[in-house]
Amino acid sequence: MEIVLIIIGAILVNNVVFAQFLGICPFLGVSNKVSTSLGMGAAVVFVTTIAAVVAYLLQYYVLVPLGITYMQTIVFILVIASLVQMVELVIKKVSPVLYQALGIFLPLITTNCAVLGVAILLVQKEFDLLESVVFAFATAVGFALALVIFAGIRERLELENVPKALKGTPIALVVAGILAMAFMGFSGLV
Amino acid sequence: MKKLNIILSGIVKNNPTFVLLLGMCPTLGTTTSALNGAGMGAATMAVLVLSNVVISMVKNLIPSKVRIPAYIVIIAAFVTIVELCMRAYLPDLYKTLGVFIPLIVVNCIILGRAEGFAAKNGVVDSALDGVGIGLGFTLSLTVVGAVREILGSGAIFGHKFITGDGMLIFVLAPGAFLVLGYLMVLFNKLTSK
Repeated sequence: MEIVLIIIGAILVNNVVFAQFLGICPFLGVSNKVSTSLGMGAAVVFVTTIAAVVAYLLQYYVLVPLGITYMQTIVFILVIASLVQMVELVIKKVSPVLYQALGIFLPLITTNCAVLGVAILLVQKEFDLLESVVFAFATAVGFALALVIFAGIRERLELENVPKALKGTPIALVVAGILAMAFMGFSGLV
Repeated sequence: MKKLNIILSGIVKNNPTFVLLLGMCPTLGTTTSALNGAGMGAATMAVLVLSNVVISMVKNLIPSKVRIPAYIVIIAAFVTIVELCMRAYLPDLYKTLGVFIPLIVVNCIILGRAEGFAAKNGVVDSALDGVGIGLGFTLSLTVVGAVREILGSGAIFGHKFITGDGMLIFVLAPGAFLVLGYLMVLFNKLTSK
């Protein structure tokens, strides 16, 4: 039951983009087409979940026993950055098809604050390993969901006659604001 | 004069929020009030100035192949220092800003300035660039925070000047997107002449 609550909470109620404001840069940057946003979403789900496992193990088997939890930020960012590189190499070798689909998005993920954010949050929320994995996966799915919905709207927005001063990012932010309002409808679900 | 220009360009011409569109997450996530916005801006500015200075000092010692990881370690070290200082001296602000303080590390403004400015310029200019961009970021965050606070709770910097409830939506998540979007429209309009 706990697990179900974490999933619904992370995807809908506390959506990573619309309620927690993490990963806004890729959200605004890679949301012009539904197809690319699907690729980006999949890459984020993949990396975030792996990063969460690694962050959990590091926190409880290295940082806490050594009493150096203040090194958390430095350790996490380095590990995530190298992890992304490693994932890229492994996928390239093991599954060229997957690499074709995710390849160009992987380097972009290092600067996605959602990945580091999830790693820090799961420590703050004191989740155990299973909860951490589920939380990371669900948060990333929430990100992918937000990205795909947003890309769908932006594709149609391309064809509309937007006032000059609103073109580009401003109209995207206004759309995101309205979407965030829609997502507020989920609050109280958990 | 040239030194002054470096600072000024960070505030208007290269404004990180409205022109460069960098650092969107803290801009949206921490601006529930003018004070929170200013606090987040100041913390980012501290990291930005310190990392710019150190990176411009060591830029010739770092082989260019490993420069990005090296910059990230320097930035992360300063973020940790700022984080610990805030936890000790400003515990309330630290609690409100929460996860966004450690996340300064992935704020693209900082790595962007390290790579784009500090790696090519001297120590003094890099420090000034940090101050300029930092001020631009702090000002933008304070403005977004102030607008949200005024509309959302009828107060500014915690001083309530309108009785009754504000439009709560502006303090909540959707308000962040809407206020930033329309402020950007205003900024485009004013600077496009």
